[in-house]
Amino acid sequence: MQVYLPIAEVSVNAFLLFGLGGIVGLLSGLFGVGGGFLITPLLFFIGIPPVVAVATGANQVVASSVSAVLAHLKRKTVDLRMGTVLLAGGIMGSALGIWVFNILSRQGQIDVVVQLSYVIFLGLIGALMFQESLRTLRRSRAGPVAPIKRHQHLWVHNLPFKVKFRTSGLYISVIPPLMVGLLVGVLAAIMGVGGGFIMVPAMIYLLGMPTKVVIGTSLFQIIFVTGFTTFMHAATNNSVDLMLALFLIIGGVVGAQIGSQFAARLKAEQLRILLALLVLGVCLKLALDLLIEPSELYSARPVGRF
Amino acid sequence: MRWLVLLPLLFLPHPGVTEEVVAGLSQNSISITANFDGSDLLIYGAVKREEPIPQNSLLDVIITVEGPSEPVVVRRKSRSMGIWINTSGVEIDRAPSFYAVATSRPLADILSQTEDLRRRISTRQMIRSVGAPTEITDSAAFTEALIRLRERDALYVLKENTVELKADTLFSTDFDLPADLIEGDYRTRIFLLRDKKLVASEETSIDVRKVGLERWLFDLSRQQPVIYGLLAIVLALVAGWAASAAFRLIRN
Repeated sequence: MQVYLPIAEVSVNAFLLFGLGGIVGLLSGLFGVGGGFLITPLLFFIGIPPVVAVATGANQVVASSVSAVLAHLKRKTVDLRMGTVLLAGGIMGSALGIWVFNILSRQGQIDVVVQLSYVIFLGLIGALMFQESLRTLRRSRAGPVAPIKRHQHLWVHNLPFKVKFRTSGLYISVIPPLMVGLLVGVLAAIMGVGGGFIMVPAMIYLLGMPTKVVIGTSLFQIIFVTGFTTFMHAATNNSVDLMLALFLIIGGVVGAQIGSQFAARLKAEQLRILLALLVLGVCLKLALDLLIEPSELYSARPVGRF
Repeated sequence: MRWLVLLPLLFLPHPGVTEEVVAGLSQNSISITANFDGSDLLIYGAVKREEPIPQNSLLDVIITVEGPSEPVVVRRKSRSMGIWINTSGVEIDRAPSFYAVATSRPLADILSQTEDLRRRISTRQMIRSVGAPTEITDSAAFTEALIRLRERDALYVLKENTVELKADTLFSTDFDLPADLIEGDYRTRIFLLRDKKLVASEETSIDVRKVGLERWLFDLSRQQPVIYGLLAIVLALVAGWAASAAFRLIRN
């Protein structure tokens, strides 16, 4: 069954879209990430114009994050105050990102910037995660060791404007969370992702938040940032394809449920290694596209269409 | 006053033979619906003449279908700092979004270059590229690349020997319009040729339009981008909430 996408102006197989949404949903259910970092490159591969892929990818992340954050709110693992500060930075970052995106888009360099950001961030995060999970796997085999020291005093604790974040049990300056939010917002707009895969390590290692509130808080602010990004893309360059979003979302929510069922049966370290390998795989594919001489050097894009 | 009626005949490109095209299309309009999967287009017609069929030359037919023209930017990658990125680009002033040519015999055998230049029949003639930036010396390569790319995507098609011609009078051909059509007026042209020269031609157009949901979404995204953006978010929120609610129901 073919479906004609009104904004992208291409015709795609509906089951392929369900499948893509489903696979990404499955992964987000398994690993607790929004899945935006996968859906956008996958949409590139099936021929959706990059501009539409980025904007619509952000819309899909809204849906999967809402579904996940509701569960976290119930378990009270969302630091709303920290989320709000991250959000304030995120909105500023997103506006900045959209502005950069539109400039690069006009100069014909958007594809390479999006690809490069993916290669750099996926490579970095994937390598870190792989190393970390290998270490935990080895440690768990070697038997219990002394717990890691909490509340280390880093440079971030010496900045002004300190605020109490009760749920996280932190008393730190609002500047670092604002900066983290800003960076993630910029990336969300340019890469069409929620930024969870950058936000989560930043919250743990930079802000020193306890792991149990990290995922929920990250998802909470991702909803707003990706929602704002979707809205800005729709309002400034009309590039959100609702038909495409609908198929991805339906596939995604079904996949997410199946994924979370599976997740309960697998070990956390094994999951982390799997996710790290997946992230590195996507990164490698994108990197090869940039490094190997393409068989077709030319590309054509109509002016005024995507 | 009879000569006045005959006067236009003097200006026909091939005097002596008065042949005209009478043509029909299997459809005058194409609707792009949500499950639009491309379309078949049958173009048929007859040669109308008052005199017997001329025996000293062969009759040939060329039929073209042409999508709306638009400017296109063609970019070329080259290696820069170790990676392949777009480094040069040419804006082509006008290129049809879709162009198909069907002929009764190989194009080169039935169409002279002068006639091609005058009538713009071959794909190459349909693409107009006037000013390339001064630093680009090989702007023709960009036009060639555009044709190559669109031929690969079956947006530019040359189907030689596919116009069926019966008794030098009846002709017909089939076009497969791809699923990736854009909206607009699609011009169809029929050319009759003898000795590589034009004898008669006929032009009609097909209206290709998005309808229903496709139309509504497209118009909304352009005319009310704010409402459209809000709708996108609401859709995502509702879907996310519904999924979690359904999940809870299943588990309980």
